[in-house]
Amino acid sequence: MLVHDVLAADPLIGFDLAALGRNFWALTVDGLTYGAVYALVAVGYTLVYGVLRLINFAHSEIFMLGMFGQYATLLALGFYPSGDAFDKGILLTVLYLGIAMIGGMVVAGGAAVGLERVAYRPLRKRGAPSLVFLITAIGASFVIQEFVHFVLPALTGGELGGVNAEQPIRLVEPEVQFQIFGANVTNVTLIIIFSALILALATDMFINRTKFGRGIRAVAQDPVTATLMGVSRERIIMLTFLIGGILAGAAALLYTLRVPNGIIYSGGFILGIKAFSAAVLGGIGNLRGALLGGLLLGVMENYGQVVFGTEWRDVVAFVLLIVVLMFRPTGILGESLGRARA
Amino acid sequence: MQRTARRTTGGLALALAATLAITACGTQSQGDNTGSTESSSETGTADLAIVPSVQIDIDGQEVPVETSGDPVDPAGDGTAECAEGTSIAMAGALTGPNAALGQNILYGAKVAVDAFNAANAGCQITIKEFDTEGDPQKATQVAPQIVGDASVIALLGPAFSGETSATGDVFSQAGLPSLSASATNPDITKNGWKTFFRGLANDAVQGPAVAKYMVDTLGYEKVCVVQDNSDYGVGLAKEITAGLGDAADDSCSAEVKVGDKDFAAATQLISSSDADAVFYAGYYAEAAPFAQQLRDAGVDIPFVSADGTNDPQFVTQAGAASKGAILSCPCGPAPDEFASAYEALNGQAPGVYSVEGYDLATIMLTGIASGVTDRAGMLDFVTNYDGEGLARTYKWDDTGELSSALIWIYEVK
Amino acid sequence: MSTSTPAENDGAPVPGPAAPARPRPELPPAGQTPVGQRPHGGAGDRLRLWWDALARPAQWAFGAPFVLFIALLPILNIPVLTTVGTNFGAVMAQFGMYALIAIGLNVVVGQAGLLDLGYVGFYAIGAYTLAILTSPDSPWNVTQPEGWLSDDWAWLAVLPVAVAITAMSGLVLGSPTLRLRGDYLAIVTLGFGEIVRLLADNLDEITGGGQGLKSVAYPRLGVTEELPNGVFSAGNVGSTLNSGVWWFWLSLVFIIISLLLVGNLERSRVGRAWVAIREDEDAAEIMGVPTFKFKLWAFVIGASIGGVSGAIYAGQVQFVIPTNFNIINSVLFLCAVVLGGQGNKLGVILGAFIIVYLPNFFLGRTSLFGIPIDGNAIANYKYLFFGVALMVLMIFRPQGLIPVRQKLLTYGRELYVAARRTLAKMPDGGPQAAYATSAPASGTVGTVGTPGSSGPAPTGHGPDGPDENGATGNDTTDGGNR
Repeated sequence: MLVHDVLAADPLIGFDLAALGRNFWALTVDGLTYGAVYALVAVGYTLVYGVLRLINFAHSEIFMLGMFGQYATLLALGFYPSGDAFDKGILLTVLYLGIAMIGGMVVAGGAAVGLERVAYRPLRKRGAPSLVFLITAIGASFVIQEFVHFVLPALTGGELGGVNAEQPIRLVEPEVQFQIFGANVTNVTLIIIFSALILALATDMFINRTKFGRGIRAVAQDPVTATLMGVSRERIIMLTFLIGGILAGAAALLYTLRVPNGIIYSGGFILGIKAFSAAVLGGIGNLRGALLGGLLLGVMENYGQVVFGTEWRDVVAFVLLIVVLMFRPTGILGESLGRARA
Repeated sequence: MQRTARRTTGGLALALAATLAITACGTQSQGDNTGSTESSSETGTADLAIVPSVQIDIDGQEVPVETSGDPVDPAGDGTAECAEGTSIAMAGALTGPNAALGQNILYGAKVAVDAFNAANAGCQITIKEFDTEGDPQKATQVAPQIVGDASVIALLGPAFSGETSATGDVFSQAGLPSLSASATNPDITKNGWKTFFRGLANDAVQGPAVAKYMVDTLGYEKVCVVQDNSDYGVGLAKEITAGLGDAADDSCSAEVKVGDKDFAAATQLISSSDADAVFYAGYYAEAAPFAQQLRDAGVDIPFVSADGTNDPQFVTQAGAASKGAILSCPCGPAPDEFASAYEALNGQAPGVYSVEGYDLATIMLTGIASGVTDRAGMLDFVTNYDGEGLARTYKWDDTGELSSALIWIYEVK
Repeated sequence: MSTSTPAENDGAPVPGPAAPARPRPELPPAGQTPVGQRPHGGAGDRLRLWWDALARPAQWAFGAPFVLFIALLPILNIPVLTTVGTNFGAVMAQFGMYALIAIGLNVVVGQAGLLDLGYVGFYAIGAYTLAILTSPDSPWNVTQPEGWLSDDWAWLAVLPVAVAITAMSGLVLGSPTLRLRGDYLAIVTLGFGEIVRLLADNLDEITGGGQGLKSVAYPRLGVTEELPNGVFSAGNVGSTLNSGVWWFWLSLVFIIISLLLVGNLERSRVGRAWVAIREDEDAAEIMGVPTFKFKLWAFVIGASIGGVSGAIYAGQVQFVIPTNFNIINSVLFLCAVVLGGQGNKLGVILGAFIIVYLPNFFLGRTSLFGIPIDGNAIANYKYLFFGVALMVLMIFRPQGLIPVRQKLLTYGRELYVAARRTLAKMPDGGPQAAYATSAPASGTVGTVGTPGSSGPAPTGHGPDGPDENGATGNDTTDGGNR
């Protein structure tokens, strides 16, 4: 068979703009939902990069631990796997969601700080170059994944971890609330977008309005001067990891609302790469850039899937990343956490 | 510093409270809209099950149900005698990115071996694990050792098509019967190996039968075929699409990846089409979230899938969304006891191919119980085997494909 | 890349241009200084010095028997060394391919200092090129009966094509992305690795998608009655000389060829340019090194070596499928390079050996030196151990097991000979004193700081003339590899 025969028989890559037109608003709404999750995870990458000039490759595993954290919290509250707990009433549902989110935040935040202490601090003390940090992060990523894969099920008697995805516990039943240009907006979508918005605003205010935030910005801008001015660099770094972890934990709960079956040891990896791409897209080290990049990536990914075919989703994300880096190496909003106020 | 800290905490608390409030709004409106939240939650997954409805032949025509026997019990009658050290080998991905499938098979086989050893004091079988990581190259390292171990009289595996292709010659020359629980590439059985037996359905039978059943009996005029990227999914989707003919709608067909958990775009494509049904060619690990997301998006057309999805785990993971799903399988109804035995032994719920691992190990153990002591005897036993398993009827033709041509149609209700 | 840390620099001020041929009395005695600052006087360094001082024919004379010994390893069947749960010959075959990959990746990461997390993409392209051209499942099959190429020669004939296409892919990836630095480059290459795998998965009309391509060609050599498909076929098992051993030998040939190629490049202008780029790209650019061109060279050469390895892989397993080219492989490849000592060709080969051999060593083993162990359980946790090993290694020995040392790239041998001669004359002076007093200063000699070289120069580990240059080199290393 010759080349053109193959190509004529069936186009290798589909191209269907009409489908995009038909589904535009629905895809946008849904893309924003995913984008909100990307954005929250991306903040973790961007803060750490801004302060340490380090790609925290293991942040995806922090997110994964967050998913397990909120799941374990729900189990501890007496929910059972594969239970649709839609009958709790509004107040109780809210309460349980809140507790689960805190559970996820505690686990992810704790893990992030722990990771910093165990893996990164010894390297910083030795003044290691960034390649060494990156390789350590990859190692840590392996360790956390394999921990959840093999060790956690042994520790919990098979309740958590292992090779298969955890059976979902669902608290909110998706119901269509209203329509925007024919696109359905469900309560889950609303919860995710509004929660992410509030968390993003809170983080932005924390970075830009509080003393701690000023410390973070100072260290990001000029670590030496910041230290001279009495800012404890170590404490700021720990705080940075903590915030990133907390947001990843929150994102984990929002993600599982949308994708209840996503709780698995390998579930963080690709999402982490996407979130990192989002951070780079917006300009890594730039808080608002991460948020913008996350939403943009979520939406573009959805458009791309419909235009080229669903199997090209990850390719769309990676190509977008490469193209943006080629033409605007510092991302859409530019680098630097220190100048992120503008 | 202190004050700032307090203010920060306050800020976080505020953010949290606001989040909760928003969540409250979401749930509130949900309650307002439906007013039947309580009742919907009552239909939990507890009372959903995969129930057999009809049996069809290769042309999709209903055929009267023949009474099929109970699945073979690996324990046998408890009187088996065998040489000490007799063992069966298991080769597949036990570590690495594809570990889940290999471990599912291994754990399934362990349930059978455990039952056998507990019942037969005179014959203790060990199961030897050989890890291939799902990599054909690693399989070539492991295969000579399996063949060289004289105590191994049968092999469960190799798990994937790639490693099976790379090592088939080795096992064929050594005369070691290899029963694969998961290698689905249609070409594997065309190599002329006398020792290879495929423990799952031949897509060439199931595909056309289900496709014709959907068009002729169920009357679907437009079906969206969604496939995963495993060779099982790709092969099945080809057969289904060909069998559906004009009824297969290309504009809403989609391809997802094994391991995907969110299917937003595929869901959107289907919801904006006016298809009568969705056919999913793949495994329940993706089918469950997919079915759920379809229902969440308000798509309520029938969800049809095949034996990769026909597993109690599909119902457990998809919950209420699995209700009404139509699942085909060349197999009889599976009992629930397996799942509890599996979980008790392995500390986790059974997964894709666990049942196949159990069934194939059972066949080997039945052979040992019937007096088979070496590879040649086992090969002879398996070649002539005809029995009921948990997943399906096992009887192979001379290429090593399952020969049962009758397909069961199940419904989740 | 360099581990010469600010802390170390503080502790040991970089010397100014010291007058040559003057002894340095202030040298601390070896063994009492912190590891990072210890002069290079261990057994390993004596061995290195000895080796570097050998004439080329003598190096060959010592090297050849060693290579022969390695080649015969799978046949000798040494008791503890031979794997239990897996076939040692086949393990060595995989080691051969990993070693090739490590050499190729080392050019990119170790020598030019470009972190590539998508190297598996090149491996995949090499394997897929061979498979697409020789598998009967592919529409572009050129082998008989549909094509014109005889099965006997298909593998060898397609190999250069595979290498060329992989090299081209290195060019295609490199030219747009090599403007990026450090971490950005790492992530873009990671994306590239994934894109290659996804292309293989999605373009199923050509690549077979998830069903893969089977019956890939392999060399038909030594066809006999018992082995109708030759010694390289998967059917060749049982005897000591199984197919794994043959594939190992084949990859050994390619390893030696690429070692010669890379070794010569290293000593040429290209190699010096790579080192300059690795140490400080901006400085190199200012000094007139066309950095982009040489980075591209590193990418292309690294890629084509990866392509050779991929082609060997496809031939051995005769089946390619996208799942075998996961990101996790990229990480393992990088592990091999970092573990062995990036920049050191022999080090990365050792790293490859450890990555491949260690899990197999434990598989199926029930006792070790009489101590009962559960080898399978240990092997199950291998990724956990790899992760822990990476983290621990990065904290305590970031330069790898066999770190690369500062080495004279040009006219080196004469100097090493001189250094050795003086060392022999002054038995109690120690190598440092010998260095300090002996070697002639030479303006033509270039020496460079190296990745993971343990500490800056002031401890005087080199002839004085080059030491000057070495010190300058170290001055610039801190800014390297951002």
